[in-house]
Amino acid sequence: MKLSIIIGAFSQGLMWSILALGVFITYKILDFADLTTEGAYPLGAAVAASGIIAGMNPFLATFLAMICGMAAGFVTGFLNTKLKIPPLLSGILAMTGLYSVNLRIMGKANIPLLKVSTLITFVTGLGIKNNIAVIIVGLVSVSIVIAILTWFLSTEKGYALRATGDNMSMIRALGVNTNGMVILGLSIGNGLVSLSGGIMAQYNGYADIGMGTGTIVIGLASVIIGEVLFGSSSILRSLISVVFGSIIYRIIIAVVLAKGLVPTDVKLLSSVLLAVCLSLPLFKEKISALTDTLHSAKKVKARKAGEQNA
Amino acid sequence: MSRMLDMINVRKIFSKGTANEKMALDRVNFSMDEADFVTVIGGNGAGKSTILNAIAGLFFVDSGKIIIDGHDVTKLPEHKRAKYIGRVFQDPRMGTATNMSIEENLAMALRRGQKRGLKKGITHDEKDKFRTYLEELDLGLENRMSEKAGLLSGGQRQAVTLIMATMTKPKLLLLDEHTAALDPKTAKKVLDLTRKIVAEDKLTALMVTHNMRDAIKYGNRLMMMHNGNVLLDLKEEKKKNLEVGDLLMMFEKASGQDMSNDRVLLS
Ligand SMILES: Nc1ncnc2c1ncn2[C@@H]1O[C@H](COP(=O)(O)OP(=O)(O)OP(=O)(O)O)[C@@H](O)[C@H]1O
Ligand SMILES: [Mg+2]
Repeated sequence: MKLSIIIGAFSQGLMWSILALGVFITYKILDFADLTTEGAYPLGAAVAASGIIAGMNPFLATFLAMICGMAAGFVTGFLNTKLKIPPLLSGILAMTGLYSVNLRIMGKANIPLLKVSTLITFVTGLGIKNNIAVIIVGLVSVSIVIAILTWFLSTEKGYALRATGDNMSMIRALGVNTNGMVILGLSIGNGLVSLSGGIMAQYNGYADIGMGTGTIVIGLASVIIGEVLFGSSSILRSLISVVFGSIIYRIIIAVVLAKGLVPTDVKLLSSVLLAVCLSLPLFKEKISALTDTLHSAKKVKARKAGEQNA
Repeated sequence: MSRMLDMINVRKIFSKGTANEKMALDRVNFSMDEADFVTVIGGNGAGKSTILNAIAGLFFVDSGKIIIDGHDVTKLPEHKRAKYIGRVFQDPRMGTATNMSIEENLAMALRRGQKRGLKKGITHDEKDKFRTYLEELDLGLENRMSEKAGLLSGGQRQAVTLIMATMTKPKLLLLDEHTAALDPKTAKKVLDLTRKIVAEDKLTALMVTHNMRDAIKYGNRLMMMHNGNVLLDLKEEKKKNLEVGDLLMMFEKASGQDMSNDRVLLS
């Protein structure tokens, strides 16, 4: 295994982790399985790439990508709360609609970003090598996102958002307009997903209409791997776990690719990986039940032995 | 003494226009004065929960008016009525956000009905305040404030929920069989705590129970419901020397039905 592959996986994981943090907000905090992700990710890429091609400052273009993602999340929230369409369907509607929107924004299926100034060329322009620049862009953006999320989730509004996903009828009884909270959570989540898409387009050097396929699976897998391996005892801990989860996910993919897996099979692998992760709690239970019985059996044996000795 | 609740001709029909149409509240007229503590009894499906839910605004009523402390709330959505109302539900899981800590839950309850902005969700002063509240419960929860509410037992959760519901001294406290899911000993503890808080804060409370003895023992008024109607509304003097047998007789006379058909009421 070459070190460069691991470093590449690490920097990719950092950028993907912004998407995973968005999925964390919708799936974990809001308890909303949100397929808007699949449309919001290429939306972010489309907006950032089109903006940059049109000569926009890359920081501004990236920021604009995030705002557009928030608008997409708003629409999904509106469909769900005001029009009473179930979460899964609301997400599918938004995702499908976004496909056309993204094509309109891009004007074609693929926009290459060659010889234009991006977030990454901004850092390399400071005299830093490309592979380090990529990591810097990833680290800085992830740190900013985590700092803002940690702060927000500990405010009064943040509490209300968490409680909306946890126990909606309870927080409504405490005077919170839960519809507004669902819309807010979906806006934040998809804003992050689009931000991730915008940054990734600059990293990859292109925006592609098909780049959203499978992103929800990647996001969920990162969130769950992170939670299982690194815990979720506090908000900050949970957020950092998501980032680690995302990096580990990328490393797993990089390793199997290096071992000769065909790139087109990666999505199947992703699904299998997520299925395994999702069923982990079940296995955990079974295993702990098994060890419990083994343990008590041992105890009984020990006690019997003790009695015999006495 | 001021009027805290007025329900005027309140009617609620579920699944209107379908085969399952159900008249859950049939022109209910009912009032409570400040510091009234009303216990509510009645068989399954009598409309007890519906009356509480109508007050809290889980749904809009089909006709009639609901007035809380002089404010007409009939058309107000649930979250806008919340500032007047504290609730404890039958299911202990309903009262708290399970993945949030005990103190976070209390902090959210402290902001009942207030605008929630970008200020800190909980402050140091508030934590101290919560600690004294929890110490009074005598359940050892003051040392577990940062633990998730989901880790609490049913009785502990109901006690915490009761504090959450009453901390801001609501105009109305609505209790829907809030001890029904607890074992008898814990149920009694939570009921006594309820009585203590209601008395100390002079709260106006409406408590549904399936236990006739509790209905007689607690509160200053007793209401009996049947088929969406208020069958009996016994005040102070009349309630004082009441016995279970009297209640059964009154029910039979008022409803023209034999109570023994309604097994649950007797428990
Ligand atoms: N959301 C609803 N949709 C349809 N019917 C309902 C709904 N809520 C209550 N009902 C019906 O209204 C009637 C009154 O129900 P309610 O829950 O008020 O009874 P209750 O007196 O609280 O009974 P219990 O002692 O079983 O809790 C019942 O026939 C019930 O089936
Ligand atoms: Mg009921």
